[in-house]
Amino acid sequence: MDKDNKERKYLKLFLTTFEISAFTFGGGYVIIPLMRKTFVGKLGWIEDNEMLDLTAIAQSAPGPIAVNAAILVGFKTGGIPGALLAILGAVLPPFIIISIISFFYQAFRDNKYVSLVMSGMSAGVAAVVIDAVISMAADVFKLKKVLPVIMMFIAFILVQFFDVNIILVIIAAGIVGYIDYKARRKG
Amino acid sequence: MIYLQLLWSFIQIGLFSIGGGYAAMPLIQHQVIDIHGWLTLSEFSDIMTISQMTPGPIAINSATFVGIRIAGIPGALVATVGCVLPSSIIVSILAFIYYRFKGLDAVQSVLRGLRPAVVAMIATAALSLTAMALCNSDSFTSDVNVLNAIILVAALLILRIFKLNPIIVMAGSGVAGLIAGLL
Repeated sequence: MDKDNKERKYLKLFLTTFEISAFTFGGGYVIIPLMRKTFVGKLGWIEDNEMLDLTAIAQSAPGPIAVNAAILVGFKTGGIPGALLAILGAVLPPFIIISIISFFYQAFRDNKYVSLVMSGMSAGVAAVVIDAVISMAADVFKLKKVLPVIMMFIAFILVQFFDVNIILVIIAAGIVGYIDYKARRKG
Repeated sequence: MIYLQLLWSFIQIGLFSIGGGYAAMPLIQHQVIDIHGWLTLSEFSDIMTISQMTPGPIAINSATFVGIRIAGIPGALVATVGCVLPSSIIVSILAFIYYRFKGLDAVQSVLRGLRPAVVAMIATAALSLTAMALCNSDSFTSDVNVLNAIILVAALLILRIFKLNPIIVMAGSGVAGLIAGLL
């Protein structure tokens, strides 16, 4: 890659993480569909499966999921400098917004218009994550294998209805994948 | 001295909050209220409310807010850096390991196993976000916000059919909420 191209890629990386972070309302997971849409779909810098792997790492490592996801995407795109730029892009929007709001946060919290926008937005955020889940679950079905589908449903039931720790479920799923691989090699 | 305290407090918050915002909340409360008394309980609950209303991780929002309150913008910078420092190092190492070894058959098999679980995990997040949007609560109740239900279905259809940029859909949903609320 020539220097100009590289610089353009770094700039794009920073601007994209900044834009995505500015819209990560409603918790860290919301960044995953946004990143998937941009880095997998639009820019093609990351593969679909890779995004799921990065999500598992972001979730299992300490620190905010959104920041972790940005670090991983940045690292893939541009090594350590890429990771640093992505951190900056992910951290700046909340930093700037809270810095400004901190001077009049009570007025902001109680503002009628702000809460109307936020309420409508929460429905849009839910739709964005549901949309991503539909696409991702469809990909699992498209594998046309029984085991991944069963694992997806069991994992969902464990987390949703039995409050099992998500990190434990991810680790257990990885172990099942490994056992399946060993069993196939023997058979 | 205050800078060092802010830095160290938020390094601990960044290091021990595994699994997102709700895991971070009690840690922030412990550091910021119990140990240092930087915020009162009601200020803390204000910043948690504002965190729900603004983008970004709760830990970063709190770091910025507490930092500004205690030591102005430099304080906010120091606290925020502390907050992301542990994950910057740990996640970069994990990223290196992942890209180094992901080609191995054994690693591939583990990754193939955990991918469906990741989809399930995001599905549970989708459910709680939906409950939050429709019932303003962690779980579903009979008290449904009809306006938000309409916005959600419309937004989902637009995303599925027209593949519109999700950021535009989210912003549009906010505008729809505002207009409908004012009518």
